Amino acid sequence: MAKNLVIFLTLISFLPLLCNSFSSENPSDRKILVLVDDLGIKSSHSIFFKSLQTRGFELDFKLADDPKLTLKRYGTYLYDGLVLFSPSTKRLGGSLDSAAVLEFVDAGHDLILTADSSASDLIRDIATECGVDFDEDSEAMVIDHTSYAVSATDGDHTLIASDDFIKSDVILGSKKIEAPVLFQGIGHSLSSANSLGIKVLSASPAAYSANPNAKLSNPPSLTGAAISLVSVVQARNNARVVISGSLDLFSNRLFKSAVQKAGTSIKHEKSGNEQFATELSKWVFHERGHLKAVNVRHHRVGETDEPAIYRINDEVEYSVEIYEWSGTSWVPYNSNDVQLQFYMMSPYVLKNLSTDKKGLYSTIFKVPDVYGVFQFKVEYQRLGFTSLSLSKQIPVRPYRHNEYERFIPTAFPYYGASFSTMAGFFVFTIVYLYHK
Amino acid sequence: MSGSANQPSPTPSAAANVSTGDSLFSGLSLKNLKLKTKQQEVLIRVSILGLVYILAFITRLFSVLRYESMIHEFDPYFNYRTTLYLTEKGFYEFWNWFDSESWYPLGRIIGGTLYPGLMVTASLIYWTLRFLRFAVHIREVCVLTAPFFASNTTIVAYFFGKEIWDSGAGLVAAALIAICPGYISRSVAGSYDNEGVAIFALVLTFYLFVKAVNTGSLSWSLASAFGYFYMVSAWGGYVFIINLIPLYVLVLLITGRFSMRSYIAYNCMYVLGSLLAMQIQFVGFQHVQSGEHMAAMGVFFLMQVVYFLGWVKHLLSDTKLFQFFLRFTVTCSIGVGALALGAGMASGYISPWTGRFYSLLDPTYAKDFIPIIASVSEHQPTAWSSFMFDFHILLILFPAGLYFCFKKLSDTTIFIVMYGLTSMYFASVMVRLILVATPAMCLISAIAVSATIKNLTSLIRTKSRSLLSGSGKTSGSSKGSSKNSLDQSPPFGKNVAIALLVGAFYLLSRYALHCTWVTSEAYSSPSIVLAARGANGGRVIFDDYREAYFWLRQNTPPDAKVMSWWDYGYQITAMGNRTVIVDNNTWNNTHIATVGRAMASDEGEAYEIMRSLDVDYVLVVFGGVTGYSSDDINKFLWMVRIGGGVYPVIKESDYLVNGEYRIDQGAAPKMLNSLMYKLCYYRFGELTTEYSKPPGYDRARGVEIGNKNVQLEHLEEAFTTSNWIVRIYKVKPPSNRPKVIKRPRIM
Repeated sequence: MAKNLVIFLTLISFLPLLCNSFSSENPSDRKILVLVDDLGIKSSHSIFFKSLQTRGFELDFKLADDPKLTLKRYGTYLYDGLVLFSPSTKRLGGSLDSAAVLEFVDAGHDLILTADSSASDLIRDIATECGVDFDEDSEAMVIDHTSYAVSATDGDHTLIASDDFIKSDVILGSKKIEAPVLFQGIGHSLSSANSLGIKVLSASPAAYSANPNAKLSNPPSLTGAAISLVSVVQARNNARVVISGSLDLFSNRLFKSAVQKAGTSIKHEKSGNEQFATELSKWVFHERGHLKAVNVRHHRVGETDEPAIYRINDEVEYSVEIYEWSGTSWVPYNSNDVQLQFYMMSPYVLKNLSTDKKGLYSTIFKVPDVYGVFQFKVEYQRLGFTSLSLSKQIPVRPYRHNEYERFIPTAFPYYGASFSTMAGFFVFTIVYLYHK
Repeated sequence: MSGSANQPSPTPSAAANVSTGDSLFSGLSLKNLKLKTKQQEVLIRVSILGLVYILAFITRLFSVLRYESMIHEFDPYFNYRTTLYLTEKGFYEFWNWFDSESWYPLGRIIGGTLYPGLMVTASLIYWTLRFLRFAVHIREVCVLTAPFFASNTTIVAYFFGKEIWDSGAGLVAAALIAICPGYISRSVAGSYDNEGVAIFALVLTFYLFVKAVNTGSLSWSLASAFGYFYMVSAWGGYVFIINLIPLYVLVLLITGRFSMRSYIAYNCMYVLGSLLAMQIQFVGFQHVQSGEHMAAMGVFFLMQVVYFLGWVKHLLSDTKLFQFFLRFTVTCSIGVGALALGAGMASGYISPWTGRFYSLLDPTYAKDFIPIIASVSEHQPTAWSSFMFDFHILLILFPAGLYFCFKKLSDTTIFIVMYGLTSMYFASVMVRLILVATPAMCLISAIAVSATIKNLTSLIRTKSRSLLSGSGKTSGSSKGSSKNSLDQSPPFGKNVAIALLVGAFYLLSRYALHCTWVTSEAYSSPSIVLAARGANGGRVIFDDYREAYFWLRQNTPPDAKVMSWWDYGYQITAMGNRTVIVDNNTWNNTHIATVGRAMASDEGEAYEIMRSLDVDYVLVVFGGVTGYSSDDINKFLWMVRIGGGVYPVIKESDYLVNGEYRIDQGAAPKMLNSLMYKLCYYRFGELTTEYSKPPGYDRARGVEIGNKNVQLEHLEEAFTTSNWIVRIYKVKPPSNRPKVIKRPRIM
């Protein structure tokens, strides 16, 4: 009896966990694995972790080389997100390796990847697979002699105060980050072919990436605004990845420290790091900018059922509902730039969808006078938002033989000609045959 | 499935079987029945015709007996698919069918772009059999349609021969055409193609028209108009009829043989034939607008002018006045005609000749300008050997028949001579048009055979009769009497006649043997199932095509799009039931060129093209393991040429090494990197195909391949058939993450 009760209680305790896990209905992450080099990070970065926990995330701290480390069991993932605060780990413990981490991302889960000057090949490999290239020089750090953070001791200008944020309310929140963000770490670049990566925090044009302790003999490979300090990548399956060249950016020390950017007189009491990190974590764990499109419908005007085929010149009504995840519930997404394409190798119709402010987007258009296999396409890609890519195939046929107008006024002369000829021929036959 | 294959289904031939069986029986007991000579002759003639009818049917059944009751080749699969649709959905659905499964994403209006005659015929046979409570499957009907119509052609050939020469020639013609390989090549069981019924329609139309010209009867010309309508509904080759008949009428006009009979025949046939032909959606207004049909219209008007002039001449007694009027009218009519033609051409109202027509008049035209026509093997100029192969002794008998025709010149013989000569020209331009020449060859040869034998036998008979006249007894059988006469006095001419007769019979029997051999060896393979001799002499069957198509049908999503070279389009849609990008209805050259370009490009570029066409699977045919030579690597240069015809970035010379097509170590780099090469030879380097040869030895080309380590980036192997003949690859979606390709850093 007692045994049954124990089982029952265990099951009950698992219930909220099951309910809270990531799903398309509830896309915010819930359970997050945090891998650290040493458990000291748990306390040295506690403000960041605290903010996550107060927002309802369940954090699971593990040493990066924990031999029992695993992301999935029996084919299902145990976590929704992964935070790699272990820049110097050469090998992950347990069944985890870079391939497993990438597989985790490819399964639609999120990742925060941090590096610093001691970043291992493992971290670099994962970043490379996400389209981000850290400076290959293992000694290099980002140095900026113009926008460094002013401090008591005149250091090597590796502590940068950067305020070159991306202008996106979705990624960084609608509240402007006033104070510069302190950054100390390595820089990376996004390749031009990388259409999915976005620089969130860029270095100033005067920055460069080099070894601060050595004399600069060669021109640095990464310079100026090409250096990205913090980037995000949204994969095609909408898994989100944050890649930061600095682990310290998330630390309590930089969260609390005052900041004064070199060359400016304004001294901020508190750096922008906390706000920056918090807002970024909201984005990466899908509390913001997550869209879903449901109820894609199309039918002829005046009908309700979806036909299997359209005819040319039909009037068609297309509608789709788009909602945004607010972190707790789905709210209607309002925008006036959602476009519908009626597409066959190229868009034949390209129309803005009008919205009723309750999430329903719809439009009425006329099928072009071209037959073929068309697609209703909505390609909605906006900075920071999940990309919506809806397509629905529908053939368009020409008129049937009995759908043309039968008697058209322009043809009356021809009808007259035919019938008069017939009548004339009949009369002629009678006359010719019987009135010789 | 295969059980029923061994039994030809009870098509109407069974009915013929019964009736001929009766006549056979009565033929055996001929002596018992007291029949007059005339009746005996009819009986013999009917039984011969009956036997020929059956022979024509059963000689075409080799493929069914060897393999199974299945549809052959490429185009027949489309015809089969459409017939199936017609029987399932009814005529109006068929007529308005917009097929979204082919030519993705353009689609194809099936009803408006095909000749429905074949499908409607097969469906009618099917419905009739169903009505008579024969539980046949539509496939069996389709398989046996061509042999059935071949049998019917023999009957028409008999009547045609009778009309041209005499009933003897008709019988010989029926026998010759029943087994002529040139015709069998397109009408074996399973070859469910337009030509199967079209040759019947062609011969029928010609026969009815000749009959109309001979009789001057409206009803015969009406019948020929309907025959023409059936031909138009069945095959694009009707253009031959609509050009040959005016030409014939023109020749009659010029040679002064023109009469009221031909006037009636041609006018009725042309006017009604045109009206009927325009009912076929695919032809429509082309029949009065396109350049190919203008000759018929010109002759039509010319005839009116001629008769009008004749009438005026009849009215005007004054010859001088008539001369003036003649000059005036001729100038006017030529002027108006030329003006109308010029204006029509310039305004685009009269469409110019199509490429296919040009390539008939100028055999080198297609090679230079339309690679897509030149790429088809059956559009190649005919080799001498294939004339010999398809016609055998008819090739020698043809000139002899022409000699007889010229000797006894009449309206009908002029027609058959013209038919023979023009079709011979076309047959030598294009291999597939041997088919059109076959009836003419058979008819003219039949005249030669019949006339020769008649002459010889009459020679023998008259001699013997003159010798035996004393006995006052007519010779019952010529053989016995000739033997008798041989003993008495051996005349020189008779010996020669007998020798010649024996020779003729020898030749004809050789012809029969040749035809049977050709049919069984060359024309009875379905080409969808391949057969080869194994190492121990046994027959090996490669059923890879169907294996692949059934894999597609069962393992891919229903809306998957398959890209392959156009040859396999019809089969993929019919058997695999999947959407294809291009198929054998080569109506859109650009679309085909796009596929050709994708096949000829490297994988990255090809991936872009395939993405733009929403391709999910790529199918290639590869014969390197089995030694099957008509695979995609051997067709590859045509893909390059057709692709290059539209996209000049593809250059044929990039794929050749010193003008030589190579796939081994010395192959051109573009060749080695092309998608087609990669897909065909993916992992082929690991395979040892032949004993004592290195791995990666291509048996179709007989060389070791140049790139044994093919790596695919955007595609992955999905399925390869047991003999590697068909290989299917899946196009991967774009990578989830933007991967950085590491370049070696320059220090």
